[in-house]
Amino acid sequence: MLSVEHLPVLIVVISLLSAFTIFIAGWLNKRFCWFISFATILVQLVMAVFILHHVLTVGTIHYWLGGWSPPWGIEYVVDALNAYVLVILLFLALICVTYSKRSIAHELPYKIVPFYTVYQLLVTGLCGVTVTGDIFNMYVFIEIFSLSAYALIASRGKIALKASFTYLVLGSIGACFFLLGIGFLYSVTGTLNMHDLSLLLPPLYGNKIVLAAFGFFTVGLSIKMALFPLHTWLPDAHSFAPSEISAMLSGIIIEVSTYAFIRVCFSVYTLNFIKLLPIFDILCWIAAFGIIIGSVLAIAQYNLKRMLAYSSVSQMGYIMLAVGLSTSTHHALWGGLNPALMHILNHALMKGCLFLVAGAFIYKADLWNITDFTGLGRKMPYTCAAFVLAAISMIGVPPTVGFVSKLYIILASLEAGKFIFVAVMLLSSLLNLVYFWRVIEMLYMRREEGEEHSSSSKNEIPLSMLIPVLTLASLCIIVGVLWLTEIPIPILDQVNALFGLGRYATP
Amino acid sequence: MIEESIRPLLAILCPAIGSILIVLFRKRPNIRESWTMLAGIAQFLIIFSMVPLIIEGAIIKCTFFTAFPGVDFGFSVDAFGLIFAITSTFLWILVSSYSIGYMRSLKEHAQTRYYFCFAWAIFGAVGVALSGNLLTMFVFYEILTVSTYPLVAHDQTPEALFAGRKYLAYLLTAGVFFLAAVVFTYHFAGTTDFVTGGIPNLASEASRAALMALFALFLLGFMKAAWMPFHSWLPTAMVAPTPVSALLHAVAVVKAGVFGIVRVVCYIYGVDLMHELGLGLALACLATFTIIVANLFALVQDNLKRRLAYSTINQLSLIIFGVALLSPEGIEGAMMHIPFHGFMKITLFMCAGAIMVASGKKNISEMAGIGKKMPVTMITFSIGALGMCALPPTAGFVTHHLFVGGCEEAGGTMSFFPYILLIAAILDVMYFFPIIYTAFFEKSEGSSGSKSKIKEAPLFMLVPIAITATVSVIFFFYPDLFHISELVEIAVSSLGGVHP
Repeated sequence: MLSVEHLPVLIVVISLLSAFTIFIAGWLNKRFCWFISFATILVQLVMAVFILHHVLTVGTIHYWLGGWSPPWGIEYVVDALNAYVLVILLFLALICVTYSKRSIAHELPYKIVPFYTVYQLLVTGLCGVTVTGDIFNMYVFIEIFSLSAYALIASRGKIALKASFTYLVLGSIGACFFLLGIGFLYSVTGTLNMHDLSLLLPPLYGNKIVLAAFGFFTVGLSIKMALFPLHTWLPDAHSFAPSEISAMLSGIIIEVSTYAFIRVCFSVYTLNFIKLLPIFDILCWIAAFGIIIGSVLAIAQYNLKRMLAYSSVSQMGYIMLAVGLSTSTHHALWGGLNPALMHILNHALMKGCLFLVAGAFIYKADLWNITDFTGLGRKMPYTCAAFVLAAISMIGVPPTVGFVSKLYIILASLEAGKFIFVAVMLLSSLLNLVYFWRVIEMLYMRREEGEEHSSSSKNEIPLSMLIPVLTLASLCIIVGVLWLTEIPIPILDQVNALFGLGRYATP
Repeated sequence: MIEESIRPLLAILCPAIGSILIVLFRKRPNIRESWTMLAGIAQFLIIFSMVPLIIEGAIIKCTFFTAFPGVDFGFSVDAFGLIFAITSTFLWILVSSYSIGYMRSLKEHAQTRYYFCFAWAIFGAVGVALSGNLLTMFVFYEILTVSTYPLVAHDQTPEALFAGRKYLAYLLTAGVFFLAAVVFTYHFAGTTDFVTGGIPNLASEASRAALMALFALFLLGFMKAAWMPFHSWLPTAMVAPTPVSALLHAVAVVKAGVFGIVRVVCYIYGVDLMHELGLGLALACLATFTIIVANLFALVQDNLKRRLAYSTINQLSLIIFGVALLSPEGIEGAMMHIPFHGFMKITLFMCAGAIMVASGKKNISEMAGIGKKMPVTMITFSIGALGMCALPPTAGFVTHHLFVGGCEEAGGTMSFFPYILLIAAILDVMYFFPIIYTAFFEKSEGSSGSKSKIKEAPLFMLVPIAITATVSVIFFFYPDLFHISELVEIAVSSLGGVHP
């Protein structure tokens, strides 16, 4: 009898096994790869939905690997936070794998087998980071997904190799810092289980080693999530990777690193530790700078994918600003981690859609630069419509997801009494307007010189690419309205309850 | 009395569904355009069917969900909102017909996009009119901004693209200020609902300085009202096709801004609080400044549409001025001027478009003798112009009468303002009458030669012009057409008394 308690480990195991199956099946026939990958991720997504349902109705799932009880064995702990992130990550992974069928066949025809093998490993790593309750295990999975990401970014060859190498160097530094942090904590507590750590650490909060470990965690993960000013690897990596990988990088990978950060802050260390030091205040300011500078740099870009990459730097600022504000807000709706978690989903939808559209332009006409997009609105009407939806969502036009995030973060900063961040958020939405509207104008409004009538025929991307794009675009609106109706808020509320944030905070 | 009904939702859905049908039938222009007309007529009928209930004193509510505690996302139709909704929807029907004539005569490109965006703009405008709180209003306000961009940049020439960019830059920046204002209001008062007489606890929760700053935020947010010095997007936006200038930049978009200001003054702050803070006088000064300066700008414009645009800026500020008086008659005048000015100015714009279609002329200096070739157009133009100058027998006289009465009612410093209105009216005459003179009495150059080419615009265009001009006159004799004056009285009667 397969009960939901076993699903967290199954999600990781079948993914890992599927990666090797793809490798072997790919030898026989290249066409198997996509089907196996798609089927696996679909099954994983269904499992994740079951897990989320179970977590919300029954409670946290604890799974002891090999039956070894924690803190000696590795424990998988799935509460509302991981379940929520898990669903988002598998959903976007499914969207991207659907999209990749035609685009990879077109772009990397000789690398289909390795692509899907590594892609599946990437999903394994991401799932692993999300479900694990053991901090060293988390490090292992961070390395798995990072290494897969390096490989996938490099898969186009040429300039992508350099981008990948930069990411490799910086990413390894980040991972090393994370590992050092773990080592420090292990040296003072002798345990690696997160829950156990959170019990053993409080008496040691004044200890310099514990403080240093926190510093290592923060810096290490900041590199991984491309928090300004540690974002330098991101623009190259995102713009030279295949588009579905860019979408995963921007929409999921940096978000999962954020998840790891939240986990370390609130599950390993606790709220009491965070309150000892002004860490989150500093984090807010860094994030605010990131928001503005990311947007300003995005304005300066001519390559669409690079522009989107810088926009991601700015959007990570949104998430980290929301995380930074989480300890000082107590409202039931926008208190605690709500805005941050909300924006993790929202950003995955918006940026996923935008990168897939950018990929569609490359697929159809090998267009990279914004200035070459004239008249695409007529040639690729559906793709461009999706772009417009996602772009106005980034700008924050109601009732899209971007608007809801913006509104919640503004309300949170107001409650925290930090009016300056209200101004930052508003300014940022204007900057977003500048760089996204430029593209929209090119797509629809610029007239092509000389070729008025000749090239106005439709030339859409294949259906298997179009459906993922349109799904994400329509979700930008649908989820936005859902957030406004507060239907999904209870999930986030459970997270706050876990960590004692928001309205569960003790004054 | 509160009535629950889905009629506001139905009204909003008309243009939304219409827009989808417009896209579906893009290959067959006749069917496409009939969907526009049908959606317009259906919407108007639904809106108009709410009038009897409102006149009985009811408020029609239609709530979808609670966005935040104290903020329901939904509609709440009161007399004032209905006035704006009636104006925009009725004029949409006429402008649809006019658009058909205009777009086909000029063989414009991308007509499907045009009708599609037009429908969404009306969606936004009516949404603004019917929304029951600031957050809902903000949502529709932004939809209105975004959906009008493709209309402004319709020509896709560098000039039009520039206008579109300027338009967005101004109005979405305004949207940012508006959002800030909404959020701060919610922060202070815990609600953003429109309450007749103002949100009760707003004054107690926020300091004087905060309230004044908040009001400034609101004003910046309502940049759509084109008050000076933030007006320059409006004349630039005149590169849009004339029906767009007519409906959106004389009625729907700009009035949404003015509508918002009236909403904030009367239903968020409340007349008493405004008076206490001394914001009425400040607003009146801002408005009169705009009134005079806009008229001075208008004097020197040769492009007819640009001159009309400055006249619009002037008239919009007149509405702001009316509400700034904070006296019942002033507010009555302001509310009434929204539909009245709408009808008159749309006449003028549609005439300008008709001249352009018939003769290709855009500048006033080229229009010598055109009155003889296009008599109907120019006579209706004269009626509109009389209205702008507040001369009888047009609707403009009625509202100006109310404004002057409002000044006296307000007393104090305010009783000085009628003189400014007089100067403004003289300036109005100075830039409208020369147009009429040129059109009727000046001889066109080489009039003996090829004059026969120019004749009246097609009937699709002429009929709407005639209707709006007639209505502008009827309003003078019978202001209760469409129950406008009755609705205004209901709206004003609940607001509060005279302030010395």
